[in-house]
Amino acid sequence: MAEYGTAVHEASRKAMTAWYDRLAAAAKTGAPTAYLMISGNCVEILRAFDIEPVFPEVNALQLAIRKQSLPLILKAEEMGYSSDNCAYVKADAGFTFGEAAPGGGKIPKPTFIVCNFVGCNVYIKWFEHCSEFLGVPLTMIDVPFVRAERPSDGDVRYVVAQLKKLIADCEKATGKKFDIDRLREICALSAKAEDGWQRCKDLCKNTPAPMDAYFDAINLMGPINVLRGTQDAVDFFDVAVREYEALVAAKRGPIPVEKFRIVVEGPPPYPFYRQFRDLFAAWNAVAVQSTYSTVGGIWEFGFRHDPKNPLESIAQQMLMENLCNRSLLDRYKQIRRYVEEWKADALVIHSVKSCRLFSAGQGDMRDYFANELGVPTLLVESDLEDPRYYAQAMMKNRIDAFFESLEHRKLLRRAQ
Amino acid sequence: MEISAPAVEQAKAVVAAGLAPALKRSDAPSFGCFPVYSPYEIIRAAGLLPVGLMGAGASIDIVHADARFQSFVCSIAKTSLELGLQKRLVGMEGAVFHSICDVARNLASVFKRNFPGMHIEYIHLPQNAAGPEAEDYLVSEYRRVMAGLEARMGRRIDDAAVAAAIREYNRPRRLMRELYAMRAKEPERIGAAEMFPLVRAGTMLPPDEHARILQVAKEEFTARKPRRMDRVKVVVEGAFCEQPPIGLIETLEGAGCYVVDDDFCAGWRWFSTDVPEGPDPVRQLARAWLERGRATSTRFNPDKPRHKDLVRRVRESGAQAVLFMPAKFCEPALFDYVVFRRELEKENIPHLMVEFEEKMWTFERTRGEVETFVESLLFD
Ligand code: SF4
Ligand code: SF4
Repeated sequence: MAEYGTAVHEASRKAMTAWYDRLAAAAKTGAPTAYLMISGNCVEILRAFDIEPVFPEVNALQLAIRKQSLPLILKAEEMGYSSDNCAYVKADAGFTFGEAAPGGGKIPKPTFIVCNFVGCNVYIKWFEHCSEFLGVPLTMIDVPFVRAERPSDGDVRYVVAQLKKLIADCEKATGKKFDIDRLREICALSAKAEDGWQRCKDLCKNTPAPMDAYFDAINLMGPINVLRGTQDAVDFFDVAVREYEALVAAKRGPIPVEKFRIVVEGPPPYPFYRQFRDLFAAWNAVAVQSTYSTVGGIWEFGFRHDPKNPLESIAQQMLMENLCNRSLLDRYKQIRRYVEEWKADALVIHSVKSCRLFSAGQGDMRDYFANELGVPTLLVESDLEDPRYYAQAMMKNRIDAFFESLEHRKLLRRAQ
Repeated sequence: MEISAPAVEQAKAVVAAGLAPALKRSDAPSFGCFPVYSPYEIIRAAGLLPVGLMGAGASIDIVHADARFQSFVCSIAKTSLELGLQKRLVGMEGAVFHSICDVARNLASVFKRNFPGMHIEYIHLPQNAAGPEAEDYLVSEYRRVMAGLEARMGRRIDDAAVAAAIREYNRPRRLMRELYAMRAKEPERIGAAEMFPLVRAGTMLPPDEHARILQVAKEEFTARKPRRMDRVKVVVEGAFCEQPPIGLIETLEGAGCYVVDDDFCAGWRWFSTDVPEGPDPVRQLARAWLERGRATSTRFNPDKPRHKDLVRRVRESGAQAVLFMPAKFCEPALFDYVVFRRELEKENIPHLMVEFEEKMWTFERTRGEVETFVESLLFD
């Protein structure tokens, strides 16, 4: 069999490139496009009108991973953004605003902006700014944060009513009539991709895990969040499941010998993705689960879009079935399940300055896991977009010290 | 409560005493309200005293909260938590947080885990005011909160109690509006460092006691014979959640500003009018939030863009400039600055950014910056 993850990586890259090509084409032809946020998104509705979604978060991510973010962040700071604002927004703002052709001609100016306010309050600011600077109308979809075990009927009604308004806006933007059967088909495709997602995540319960569910989950996140509802996404997950099943059968994973199984919380430091990853690889540590991979949606616990009730299930996913719209305490529960069901040795919290949605209160999370549950927990800090907050030497020291003590613990336990 | 000292002194004493007296009251258990806006009337109707859970300024040393919230999180979140961790909220029945920002939301969870005896509530205030569904949603949200409080307090909250609370709170609200209007017209009559404790005291007192202080203050201010000085009239914007130390407000005045409008304690002065006292008081409250609420950085309202509203307030108050005053690390305020600045520049309104922290205690640098700004306006 081929190298670990090659087929998945290739398939992901191909599917995402095709999407970028469609965006570049739309930038030329003026075909309808809409901005959308990743978290708990309602891309199915846009697809029902053949509106191509544009995700500024993916743009920010790409800029960071290609090490292009800093000059753009500085440019945004000149515009008045604070050094304490989320740098995802700043990099995208530096890239998009004030240019004659936003997106360098490759990312279209959207026909309209859909702010799916799912959890992150920064989303509202980000898209308000886009609307203001680009002069493009904005549709707000206010998704009540989960305050109880389940969203209330009032919550669901409120979101569905707004989705209906979005449908009316899409009809206006495209001149097409809404076809509920088309939406059902799209939801069925979503559900198939979600099956694949769950299967990939479940396979990581094996020892060794066939993929790194933090560093390599990014290959899965593009297709599930951006391309959901298309045959491309379904095909991608067929490839992924096949490859990971084969790896499980061959008892192989991302590193030669899996020594530590970790759960990672928080987004990665994209400008130093490789370096950061190597610090864990050096200890033969594999992430068997991660919360970051569920910002868009949590499918590993069984939720699926439902072709029978398309609007309600889209509302349900926005309200409940993603990490961002759940409380910190719900996140503790999610991580606890990960640690127990995926049989992890430790929890690593990567706290990022930009993203207070993730980071505010992570000290409390450490207290809960380390002191109350007795799960070895490491908390390190940097940023997901701004390279100025990453210090490799310090990061290495902290990670090395943590795994040394973890190794020591393991040895002790074995000796007992 | 007897108003023995001048009203402003009385208000300052209330503020200086912090939450402790409110927590010890025998007439009603207190219930903490994290900024910005809470439906105080509903909490009151449950037999509780809503008080502002709004940080602790420099009155507390952070010992534990730093281990829960990182260095890049605003101070109000940490000092509010620290109050609890140092057992200084004992006697508080519960607390409510709202969908104002990511920090406040996570803080609600941290409170819930660390203080299991408290009734912790989280209210998602709608970020979409357009359309009737927002009103229906908010009514259902308030009803949910009421059910939780009923279970906690073991008593029914009927509409009559909510209506009575609306009436009760309309009094101080009206008086605060009157004082603000008085100051906008004649800023020499009411100092910013006087208005601030008068408003802040309302976050620690029952509405009738607050109203009494405000009423006396109004009479005292009316009787004054002030002299207008050569100062610049400014609108202060950005301090809607974490509150500045009073020394900072004194500094602004000392540096030559008349504050003609501000957003201090914005949630306690949320409505532009009284809340209507008609039938179905819960719906009245929800509708008022949507239709008569402030434009602040923690809410999205397409019908009332915040940058346009800021310009309107500058024009209406006759201000010459805006002092933009966000709390350090306050993401909603800092984000809005970008759009505010752009709009103010379009409108040729001078502005200055003065970042603060509730626990700051030296103001020399700020004084220098504001003085320079004021001079540039006075002698231009
Ligand atoms: S705060 Fe976090 S979730 Fe929100 S836009 Fe920034 S990076 Fe994304
Ligand atoms: S000061 Fe700003 S960031 Fe902090 S809790 Fe208040 S609104 Fe949120």
